[in-house]
Order: sequence, then structure tokens, then C-alpha cells
Amino acid sequence: MSKSFDAVIAGAGIVGTACALELAKAGLCVAVVEPHVVGGGATAAGMGHVVVMDDSEAQFALTHYSQQLWQQLAEELPAFGESEQRGTIWVAADEEEMLEVRRKQAYYNARGVTAEILDAHALAEAEPNLRPGLPGGLFVPGDSVVYPPCVAAHLMRRAQDHGAVLMPGRSVTAIADNGVRLSDGTNVPMGLFVNAAGSWSPELDPGIGVKKRKGHLLITDRYPGFVHHQLVELGYLKSAHSMTSESVAFNAQPRSTGQVLIGSSRQFGAEGAEVEAHMLRRMLLRACEYMPGLARLRTVRTWTGFRAATPDKLPLIGPSPGRENRYLATGHEGLGITTSLGTAKLLADQILKRTPSIPFAPYLPSRSMEHDAHA
Amino acid sequence: MTEAHVSCDVLVVGGGPAGLTAAQVACESGAKTILLDDNPAFGGQIWRGAKHFRFDNKVLDLISDQTAAQLGTTDEPARLRKMPGWRVVAAPRPGVATAESLSETNSIHFQKLILATGARERFLPFPGWTLPNVMGAGGLQAMVKSGLPIAGKRVVIAGTGPLLLAVAEYLKQCRADVRLIAEQASGSSLFRFGLSLTSHPAKLFQAAMLKARLLTVPYLTDCWVTRAEGKDTLERVCLRQESKSWQLECDYLATGFHLIPNTELAELMGCAIENGCVKVDEDQQTSVPNVYCAGEPTGIGGVEKSVVEGRIAGLAAAGLAQEARKYHAVWRHCARFAGRLNETFRLREELKALSTDETFVCRCEDVTLAQLRECSTWRAAKLHRRCGMGPCQGRICGPAVEFLFGWKPESVRPPVFPARVESLTQADVEEKSS
Repeated sequence: MSKSFDAVIAGAGIVGTACALELAKAGLCVAVVEPHVVGGGATAAGMGHVVVMDDSEAQFALTHYSQQLWQQLAEELPAFGESEQRGTIWVAADEEEMLEVRRKQAYYNARGVTAEILDAHALAEAEPNLRPGLPGGLFVPGDSVVYPPCVAAHLMRRAQDHGAVLMPGRSVTAIADNGVRLSDGTNVPMGLFVNAAGSWSPELDPGIGVKKRKGHLLITDRYPGFVHHQLVELGYLKSAHSMTSESVAFNAQPRSTGQVLIGSSRQFGAEGAEVEAHMLRRMLLRACEYMPGLARLRTVRTWTGFRAATPDKLPLIGPSPGRENRYLATGHEGLGITTSLGTAKLLADQILKRTPSIPFAPYLPSRSMEHDAHA
Repeated sequence: MTEAHVSCDVLVVGGGPAGLTAAQVACESGAKTILLDDNPAFGGQIWRGAKHFRFDNKVLDLISDQTAAQLGTTDEPARLRKMPGWRVVAAPRPGVATAESLSETNSIHFQKLILATGARERFLPFPGWTLPNVMGAGGLQAMVKSGLPIAGKRVVIAGTGPLLLAVAEYLKQCRADVRLIAEQASGSSLFRFGLSLTSHPAKLFQAAMLKARLLTVPYLTDCWVTRAEGKDTLERVCLRQESKSWQLECDYLATGFHLIPNTELAELMGCAIENGCVKVDEDQQTSVPNVYCAGEPTGIGGVEKSVVEGRIAGLAAAGLAQEARKYHAVWRHCARFAGRLNETFRLREELKALSTDETFVCRCEDVTLAQLRECSTWRAAKLHRRCGMGPCQGRICGPAVEFLFGWKPESVRPPVFPARVESLTQADVEEKSS
């Protein structure tokens, strides 16, 4: 019989490692089971944009809370985490989207988030490579970018400093009340189980309503100064909200290496990890509409990843419905990097019966989901 | 943004011995053929810059007929379109390849595809290998071909494989002061290899020719460079042979540790890979229908193997597989030679111990050996240390890391070479419904 753990976490992505650190810091004896590499799934595939979002009050609360936690983490993060406070510019394509810019600014300012409206001139000055004639945008200076695989590795090491154990190269094959069975045949006795397996989490907790949402990204060679801020088209919301099978939106991000990361695409129902030429094309054409100069930059790599999407676009943080001693920390869709730190706090607050900094009710897996998938 | 496409029966990617032969044979067999190569000049690493690519019995008695003699001449049949200076960067769907030149992008629609993408040198890290004037043996040769003055310069050539001899011969012709050829393979294995060449008369002749011309250059076996030293640029190399070690002053160090098949494009197409080489049947067809492969990507074997495979692939792709079968005996002969070649120039274990903790293994991203030791897989090395994430896409560090740690690189994704964003937005990536 191997050593017993207070908590076994499935998945060493950014959410699983953040949860491991939070629980280990609180004195729990934690094991993290990871089939592949720390931070190697959606954590490695995403942009690493730490961003405050206002899709819903609950989403705002979690992203805003998490961003404050990121600011604390940034101080201790080693250089390889590539943390940089670049700020986000939400780019408006027309006057209708400028109305949204004004609404968004009012919303952010009312909640203590600095946001500044850029007119056409200011936008062109801030990002000269955007196409001429755009009406403006919203600059949110507090947003930042990180390199998530290294952050996850850092969180895991910190958790290990607090006694956590990493079990790499194995997956969880069966879960019982008092232990889990791993793919190598090991039985690990435990008190509670946390499913942080991202888009693979339904395999461990069937019926939780998490679906894979595939995304493509591309990175260029080094072009320092081509892009200065994280750029996102305001139409991004339409893409993220759309529950149709395929959509694209303009995202561009400057990396500390001078490379430009270009996104984004969203697909339901695509199970294979291969780069799909037609999605890549649509995504890049969209990006080139906003930044025509991107067309001549050299790409060094493309890849895909799977977001863990929920019907109401909020993560699942808390007890797995109908399953004793089992918790979920999954369903973060495209915001897993940002909300990982807040997720870990809220999960630990529930497990340890601490008073949370923000209400956790909106993220409880037992909430009733609005199945407005095709509205 | 360019929106252009061309079409052909047979597309040949790579204009070295295999590709030139395949293209010539395919178009002579009646197929409308396109031959492209990423270099502005055809010929591949081995023939580029030569005045003619003519085969004759001095080099090769395996191929002696008229078609071979015409290779690379200017009388180009209308059915053959040459596209020098183009490289295939993506394969958006079956039957379509996206190709780039310096300024344009083109979609090439094909019925059959022949991959003749050749090989590249393998580099191994050792202290000082990133100093200026330490370069690949083939790379130095290419630079001299394109004008680097080498006359009177002191050059040490080190590593393994027959390419070292060919480079030494070339540099001697250019009046370089080639001070030493250091071959890591053992003298006894080279002796056995030499004996086996008696069954390959052409090879024996070739080797003897080289040796005669190199007579003035010391050729040491069981010998390798342990470090390169110099303040701002290379000044000297440290060498070892058995228990003996010494230093040698030089201006250039040309290194190469045999060859690595260029299988990336085949992998992108979904072709099965076996032992690092593209798996083909006796018609040179890969595991993917209508995609053939010839030359070094199917196994390092030199010019003769490349030419005969190019011929078989060209005939098979043009629908004359039956005709191609008469070359199978010659092919088997070449394949046996290839087996001995790769056995002879196998890397010795001691080379794994050359690098120190501070030695860069990935030069694009400055990843040291010590940093790699903290990782457990290629993916971990990529994600946590950025190994292989630079513009060479892991082509240089990948084989070195595989030798040092046994990690296999990940699957190949588009673009197979760094490509302009616009090349990935070509209109015909989607199947037309019409």
C-alpha cells in the first residue's frame, strides 16, 4: 500500500498545479497525476493572456480577482515565466463597436479597473501596423501576458516545496471513495479527488457538460516592435459567444522574444489535434484584415489545443455533483490561464471551509446550466 | 497577396540526384512534370555548382544511358517545368502543395508527388561549436562555392562520413590549407568498409581518386575534436585520438557527423516513417497513395542509390512501374552499400560526453546541456526550455538531442519551413465543391 494523500489532483496544467500549490500551502498532503508533461496540454497551447473580462458579472469577478493574484505572483515569478504587463487593446472595427468600447469602459471604471478610450489617432499611434481607418479601441493597461508552461512548472515546484508529489507519465484510470488507481497499476489512497483534467475532465467525471473546443494558434519569427500590446478585436466576443461549430477572431500578442502570436479559432466537434488548413486560413485572413502587414511575416510554427468549454461559459469549481469527496476545477474555456489562480483559491476555500474573497456560488458545478447552446 | 496556382501530373520536390533523375524520367515518360528546389541552382548538395551533372562511367557505371547523360542540360522538354528557388512549405490537402519563392506564393496541384528532399548534416554540440568560423562541412563548401575566399586558409575537417572527404577534396582544389581530416569512425571499421567496396567498383574508384588527391592531407581515424577555442572567432581546435590529445591552430573548422534524412515534408504529408527514414515499397511509393520518395530520405546511401531510386520513382509515378522493376537489382546492390555505410559511420558513445553543462545544444534559443538535463522528454524540453522552438524548427538540435538523450521530436505541422503568413492563406486550401 502506498502513502496516503489528503488530495489527489488529476492534471498538471495551470489549473491543477495552481490548486496543488494552494492546497499544499494550507498543509494538505497533495499528489498530482499527469499523463504527459507539466503544463503540456491546453496550458501550452494557449496565448497566456491574463485579461479581465466582462462577459458576465461572475466572469468579471473571477477574472478581476485572479488578475490581482497574478500581480502578486509576478513578483516571485522567474524570468522564464516571461511575465510582461503589456495591456490589452480591444480594437473596434466600426462605430457600432465604438459604442461597445464606451460601454465597456464605463463598466470597467465603475469596478475599479483602469480603461482608457483610444480614438482613431491614438489607436494608430499605439499600434501603427493596424489597418488605417479604424475608429478606435479600449486600452486596458492592467492586463498582462505570461508563458504558461513555465508558470505551471513553477507552481508545481512551489507545491513540491510544500510537500506535494508529482506523479508524471501516468493517468487516473479508476476513482473509488478512498483512492485512485493509476494506469501503471498503482493504487493511491486518498481523502479527496480533484479533477483538473481540462478538456479531458469528462472522462473522469462523466456528465459534467464540458466539451472540447479546438483552437489554432500561430507564432512568427522575431519582429520586435511589430505589435506593442495584446490586441483583440471586439468582435472576439461574438466569436467566443457563438455556439456555432466554427468561428475566428483577430488576436495578436507580442512575446518578449519579439515574436508575434496570432489567433484565434474556435471549433466544436473537432476531435483530432491536427492543424486544419481551412481553419488556419480563415483565422489568418481575419488577422490580416486588421493587420495587413502580418501577411509578410514569417511563421515558424502553428499548433492546436483544446479548450474545456461549458454551456454557460463559466468554469466548474467545487464538489462534483452526486460524487462524494470529489471536486471539479475545470471548464475554463479560453480563460484558464487568467482564472487558474482564482480557481485554486476558491477550491481551497470550499475544501478548507475558509471564507472566500469572492462568492463561489456562480461557479459551483451544481448550478443549473442554461442550455441555450443554439440561441 | 498572390493568388496563383499551377498544375502538373508529377511534382518533384528536390533537385539533387534523385529529384533530377525522377523529373527527367517522369517527363520523358510523358508526364507533365514540375521540378522545384529551394536553392536557386539545381544539383543538390552534391552536384550544385558543378559545371554539368553528367553521369559517366568514372563516377558511376550503374547509369549509363542517354537520359542520364542529358540530366541538367539546358534542352528542357516542354513537359518539364523547372522552379528553382521555390520550396514547399505546406500541404493543405491531398493533391495540393503550397510553395514559396522569395517574393511569391504558388499552389501546385499534382496527381503524383515525388519527394526527393535529400539529407542534411548532423551536428553535435561540443564546447566552442558556436564560435564564428566553426561551421558545417557542407555549409563551408557551399559558402566557398558562393564566393567565400578560402585560398591559403587553414582548415580542419572533423566529424564522420564520406562527406568529409568530398569537402576536403573540394577545399583542396580551392587551394585551402587543409590541415587534418579527423574521422571519428574506427580504423578497423573503415578497413572493413574499404574491403566491402571491392564489390562496388565505382565506389572503389571514387574513393581511390579522392585519396590520391588528398595524399598531402593527414587523415586520422578514431579521432575527433573535443573543443574549439578562440577569443572572438576560432583560433584553434583541441583533438583527441585514443589517449593522445593535442591542439591545432586553424582558421576554419568544418564539422559534420554524417547525414540526417530530410523527412519533414513526408511526415507532413502523413507518410509512415521507420527508423528515421521514409518507408517505401519497391516502387518507391510511401504509405500515402500517389506520394513517392527517392534518395536520402528513404535511407542515407549516396548518389548511386539516389539516382536509381529517382529513376524507379519517376517511372512508377508516370505509370510505368513495370518498366521500373528492371532497376530493382541495381537498387538492392545500392541498398547493401547503404547499410554498410551507415554501420561504418555510426557515432561512438564518447561523443555524448563532449558537451559541458554550459554548452549550447539549441543555438536558436540558447538552451544549454544543463537545462536539457532537467527535462524528461522532447516536449518538456520544448515547452519548458524552448529547445527547438527557433527558426530552424529543431532541424539542427533535434538530431543532436536524439543522439544525446534518445528523445524523438514531435509530429511535424505546417509550415514545414518558416513561411510567410500569406502562404497559409492561399485560396485553394479548401476542396472545391464543383
